[in-house]
Amino acid sequence: MISVMEVYKLLPKTNCKKCGLPTCMAFAVELLGKRKAIEDCTPLVEEPKYEKKLAGLRELMAPLLSADATETGMVIHTEKCYGCGNCVVACPVNVASDPKGTAIGRGPVSGKAILMVEDGVVKCVNVDQCRRFGPEKVLCNACIVTCPSKAIEFI
Amino acid sequence: MAFCTGCSLLCDDIEVDFEGAKVKKTLNLCRKGRAHYDSLVVDRLAPAVDGSEVGIDEAASKAAELLGGAEKPLLFGWGNSTLAAQGAGVRLAKKLGSVIDDPSSYSQGLITEKILKGELPSCTFDDVRNFADVSIFWGDDPSSSHPRHLSRFSYFPRGEKRQRGYEEDREAIVVDVRKSPTAQIAADGFFKIPPGGDAEFAEALMATLGGKIPKVEDKKRMLNLGTKLRKAKFGVIFTGLGLAHSRGGDLGPFFTLVAKLNELARFSVIPTLGDYNTRGFNQTLFDETGSVNSVSFGGGVEHGPEFGIAKYLDICDAVMVVGSDPAAVLPAPLAKKLSEIPMVAVASQRTLTTDAAKVTIPIGVAGLEAEGSALRSDGVKVDFDAAVESGYLSDVEVIERITEAV
Repeated sequence: MISVMEVYKLLPKTNCKKCGLPTCMAFAVELLGKRKAIEDCTPLVEEPKYEKKLAGLRELMAPLLSADATETGMVIHTEKCYGCGNCVVACPVNVASDPKGTAIGRGPVSGKAILMVEDGVVKCVNVDQCRRFGPEKVLCNACIVTCPSKAIEFI
Repeated sequence: MAFCTGCSLLCDDIEVDFEGAKVKKTLNLCRKGRAHYDSLVVDRLAPAVDGSEVGIDEAASKAAELLGGAEKPLLFGWGNSTLAAQGAGVRLAKKLGSVIDDPSSYSQGLITEKILKGELPSCTFDDVRNFADVSIFWGDDPSSSHPRHLSRFSYFPRGEKRQRGYEEDREAIVVDVRKSPTAQIAADGFFKIPPGGDAEFAEALMATLGGKIPKVEDKKRMLNLGTKLRKAKFGVIFTGLGLAHSRGGDLGPFFTLVAKLNELARFSVIPTLGDYNTRGFNQTLFDETGSVNSVSFGGGVEHGPEFGIAKYLDICDAVMVVGSDPAAVLPAPLAKKLSEIPMVAVASQRTLTTDAAKVTIPIGVAGLEAEGSALRSDGVKVDFDAAVESGYLSDVEVIERITEAV
């Protein structure tokens, strides 16, 4: 998981306020929350002396901004997943919303489940229901610790 | 809803979309099951005699000729056959006066036999889900072999008396020689033993349960385990090949431990079986003869290790392998011996065994192309329908044709 400090270290750290925020640390937080883009930090993009930092930041943020990651930052490494469904059954949101399906170890039946096994690998749907979604997120890790192949990670 | 015959859990909540015989989309099917479904269009077997393709009737009559003309035929396999085909197989063995055996003779046959005889307590997977609070995986790694084992039954789901699931209501203990994927999930309950150390571990645990200090390195951890097991309300031990193949192969200390555990609490044993209907064959043969494998119908009914495939390959002069791939599983010297004996292979896909066979007869994949029924590894009967149409005969039809022609 990317930490705010890792992002902050790759910013100009001048607190120039050009992005509209009071400090670079605040910008790092917003950047991780996807409420700001790297391009909003104009000195970093425009000034040649920050070239290395910009490249580093782009590399750091790449997994988070890629199409594979959901809005909660969840990345499923499908090549590692073997569809055991441990995360599907352990997920507290699934258990609460699908008591006759995933809660008792079966496939989802309610249509409200957020994790399901499709084509032999796990897939994230209804992502807005995930505990990690939105500003009030809870750092739930039920799907990570129950995975025998470390196929799920949050970035 | 469709069924999966990819392993002995026989999952019944599968949703699948077909495009002809090709699978378009599946829901709730694990990766192993998905590969099982995808195999419908991969490497299908054709009826053949001596490598040249023939009609199915000719292949069946050639098979009957080969088996009928042999003095000591062996019928082997049956783990991936329906209950009806297994029944027909036992009838064929009786008619031929042959030996019939399955892979359980070199894996978990002894454990299944004790369960069927009532000497080892067992329960169903549904009981495990509803009541079990301690699950022990001994030499067993279902996360790799039966991917949905933990999520459907043994650890993660909520059940009638286990409403808080794995978080608070269940405990998983893994006894294994390596930190398997199952052991990684239950890292706190992982007990690493050296290869062949099963008997020693069972004896140490016995001592702990008897109130003595165990002779192990981490005594405190063992004593804690003893307390945990003593307090268990509904314990289950899932056994795997690691236990059955433990060096020396002596399961005596394990059976004594289960008896001791049952004096203090309630503990059941469920073997984790590989093929989808191994339990079905064991049950079918047990009902017929009182033994689960290695039976000879040569002169009356005889049972003994000399009729297991490992020993009988030395003297048999014809083999029929149904729904199994012993050439890929047996140790190389035995596989070589097998390949040198005139062989009939009845299978859905091309395998190492079918490559070595003189006569090959294709069948439809049970549960996908052919209907039937099977016993899950806990002994519960599951009836399944065909999910897709195909021109292949079912396994029972093929065995009956051969029986008629003998």
